[in-house]
Order: sequence, then C-alpha cells, then structure tokens
Amino acid sequence: MNMTRQTADPASARPVSPAIIEVDGINKVYAGDVVALKDIHLEFNRGELTSLLGPSGCGKTTLLKIIAGLLEPNSGEVRVNGQPVSGPGRERAFVFQDFALMPWATVLRNAAFGLEVQGMAKAEREDRARHYISEVGLEGFEEKYPHELSGGMRQRVGLARALAVDADVLMMDEPFSAVDEQTRRKFQEDLIRLREIEKKTFILVTHSIEEAVYLSDRIVMLSPRPGRVSQIVTPKIDRHGDPEAIRRNTEYLDLIDEIWANLKGYVE
Amino acid sequence: MPSDHSANAPIAGVTSRWAGAVTDSPLALKVLSLALLFAVWELAARTNFNWAFPGFLDTMAALWEMIADGSMGAAYLRTLEPLLIGLAISLGIGVTAGVAMGLRNDVEWLTLPIFITMQAAPMAALIPLITFVYGIGLASKVLAVCMLAMPVIAINSYKAVRNVSPSLLDMSRSFMGSRRQQIFMIILPAASPMMFAGIRLGVAEGFSGVVLAELLITPTGIGDLISFNRSVAKFAHMYAAIFSIVALAVITVSLLHRLEVTLFRPEKRAST
Repeated sequence: MNMTRQTADPASARPVSPAIIEVDGINKVYAGDVVALKDIHLEFNRGELTSLLGPSGCGKTTLLKIIAGLLEPNSGEVRVNGQPVSGPGRERAFVFQDFALMPWATVLRNAAFGLEVQGMAKAEREDRARHYISEVGLEGFEEKYPHELSGGMRQRVGLARALAVDADVLMMDEPFSAVDEQTRRKFQEDLIRLREIEKKTFILVTHSIEEAVYLSDRIVMLSPRPGRVSQIVTPKIDRHGDPEAIRRNTEYLDLIDEIWANLKGYVE
Repeated sequence: MPSDHSANAPIAGVTSRWAGAVTDSPLALKVLSLALLFAVWELAARTNFNWAFPGFLDTMAALWEMIADGSMGAAYLRTLEPLLIGLAISLGIGVTAGVAMGLRNDVEWLTLPIFITMQAAPMAALIPLITFVYGIGLASKVLAVCMLAMPVIAINSYKAVRNVSPSLLDMSRSFMGSRRQQIFMIILPAASPMMFAGIRLGVAEGFSGVVLAELLITPTGIGDLISFNRSVAKFAHMYAAIFSIVALAVITVSLLHRLEVTLFRPEKRAST
C-alpha cells in the first residue's frame, strides 16, 4: 500500500516462503527400466534439518544428487528460492560420503577449494577456510594432507569446505557412514552445536534411524522399488543443553521404535 | 656414533645393528642389492662356464677404457639424438592424445584403436617396413622409438584420466567448477601418478626402441659399440656397452619418478 515503506524495507516486498527448496514431481529412471524415484513431491523448510531416511535402494542419494543438480531427473522440477534449477548452484553445497578430498592438496587448500573455484584471492579464501577449519575443530591441521588424517577428520574437512562457500543449503550424503561409531557420535553432537552457529538449511541422507531422529527437525522416509515418500515425521525433541541427554530422551527412543516398526516391512 | 655403541654391545649385536641400519635406509638396500647382483655376476664368470662371459670387474675395466678413449661418449652422442627426438614426440603426442581420449568419447573412438594396434604389433617385424619407407637415416630410428614409446604413454594417460574418482568430479561440479577448472585442478593432478607410470614405461620402451633400431637398421652409436665389439670378440667391451645403456635407462626412469613427486604429488614429499 505505502510505496515509501515498501522501498525502505525491500525484504517485506517478496513473499517469504518457509520452503527454500521445492521438489515437484521428480521421476528418475536408471538404465531403461530401474525406477529409482517415482513422483516425489517435497518441500524443505528454511533453517531446518531434514533427513532422507530409508533402506538401501530407496533412491535417497539419487534424490539428494538431483536436488544438488549433480543428476538430471527424467521429469519434474527442483526449485530453490522459487527458481527452477538445472545444475549445481552457489546456494547449495555438498558433503560427500567418501569425503571427495584432493589427496595432493593440504587441508587448507581442500577447505578453500570452493572459494578457489569462484576466483577468490588467495589470502582472502585462506582466511575464510582457516575460520571454518577451526569451526569444525581441525585447528592446527591446516598444513596436513588428507592421508595423514583419520576418516572422521577427513569428513570434517569436507564439512569445512562446504561451509566455507557460505551456501544456504548444506546437503550431506551419508556423511558419517564411512567413519567409526565413536567418531560418528562425536560428529553428530558437533553438528547440533554447529547448527546453532550456522543458521543453514541441512538435508541429510542417512540409513541410520538413530542418526535421523537424533539430528532432524523433519524425517522423510522413503520406501524402495520404486523410491517414493512413504511417511514424514517431525520429531519434537529439545536439542538445547547436553547433547548426551538426547540419547536418553524417551521421545527419542520411542520414535526410533516407531520408525523401525514402519521400515521393517521394506527390509527383506 | 656407531663406535660408542659398539663398545658395550655384544658381538651378535653388531651384525644385527648393521643389518638394521641397512634395512632402515632404502638407499642402503638398493646399494646392497646391486652389490649382491654384481658379486653373483663376478662369481658366475669366474666359474668359466662360458668363455664369452666376462666378469663384472673385466666389464667395468672395459667400460672405463671406452669412457677414457672417448668412444663411449661419441656413441652416446649418436644414440641420444633419435632417442631424445623420439621421446619428445612420443611424450607430446602420447600425453595429449591420451588425455584427449580420456576426456572425450569421440576422440577415444577415433584414436584408441590406433594405439592398441601399435602396442600389440611386434616391433622387430615392423622395422624392415620402416626402413623400406624411410630409409636408414635418422627418421627411421626416431620412428622406431616413437612406435615403442608412444602407445604405452597414450594408453596409460587415457586410462589415468578415465580412472579419476567420479566423486572428485562431482565435487568439482558441485562447487561450480568450470570444465577447464575441472581438468586442470582435479583431473590432471589426480591422473598424474598413473600417467607418470605410463611415461616411465614409455621412456624405458624408447630405450629399447633406439637400441633395436641401431642393431637392426644401421649400426650407429651404442648399437654399433655392441655389434662391433661382438664381431671382434671383445666381449667385456660388448657387455660394458650393454651395461651402460641399461644403467642410463634405469637412472633416467628413476629421475622421472623424482620429477613426478616434486611436480604433482606434494603429499608424497611430506610423508617421506
């Protein structure tokens, strides 16, 4: 109504949808007749951590890679901030299951890779990379090479690299599956703490029910062959305070049982 | 430092500590294995099982004689010319073609069969053909080097590029790397170990190519030294010429390995 007010406050001019990513009618068929995903409709809300959970073969990684723009769907559309996308974008960053670090580059150069590709000056990108390396708890390892690090530490480099490009959405493809159980737990606790500092949207692919319930605001369960959305649950777990306490929370434990009861049918 | 230890060490400790020092150092191990080989060579010659088989010491004496009178140097000047030209061409075309085949399916389709045929073809059988077409001059010898060295360099470069981890490629794509950045920042460094393995093999093949050419086309350079000394029954000199070309090939290939580590693989420098 009031023109002067609108120009003074441009943020109020565009509609703020809670969904940062919309997945609209995605179908994906592999090698002729393997239906990986069938008619997926999903919305991912700004600032939330959403897990894609399901047994192997349910197409969860395929869906994540389609959202990331690394795979083309056969039909359907992915919209980021309302805009249809057809490839990777600056507003999305990916954390890889196998870390995908350059073995010939130091931790610092690996973490700065996204910025180097963008053409940022060396001093500036290394400053930013150092900041995120210390944020993921790897301070002092900047000059090490990946083979000198443990699996968990390597994945922290992958996380720092994704954080450094300051994308709105962080997509993680089973980020903890290649690290041991103790490291995984520590990593999950750190991720909860990190979410409080970095207000980002997270999409996490996992096959671990515990992990999904522990970390997620929303869990999208996928069923296999063909991959479809079978159920969406929103855990109401208070994650402030002691991260250890969550694992003893009755809500947490009950939800794990409930989800397992649901998924059991798909496991042969 | 060893002397103050041996003062109170038992006798048995001396040899085991010596053995320990040898196995701890890769250089000492290499020297030891060479020394063993030369000792066996010398001993075998002294059994007189074959009058045309000179010992290690005789061979070294002949080698020294040929270096001193300049005949060895003159021979290598002749041999190095086709070898270096041939290797330069093989490296240039081989690596370029291999990388191009790795990056593009259409180039692979067009070019790979040529290199596979070249690699499979028995070289010695083709030399008369080369001589027939290109005569007995430098061109034939260069061609002989290329035909042996180029296919293995090209095929290894091609496989190296194809073997780059798909998740590293996805990684570069997801951070919005252009195709150019992907090639120079990811593919080439990731492919370099296998590519260099191919280059080392190719260079070694190039050495056999040049010797083969000098033995089969016209005796020049090191091939001349080998065949001439054989014809006049100076076997120590013949062995010395063979020894020198083997040693040169080994040294060149080792230097290439070192070059690779300094150029492309800083993480291997850090760990050693």
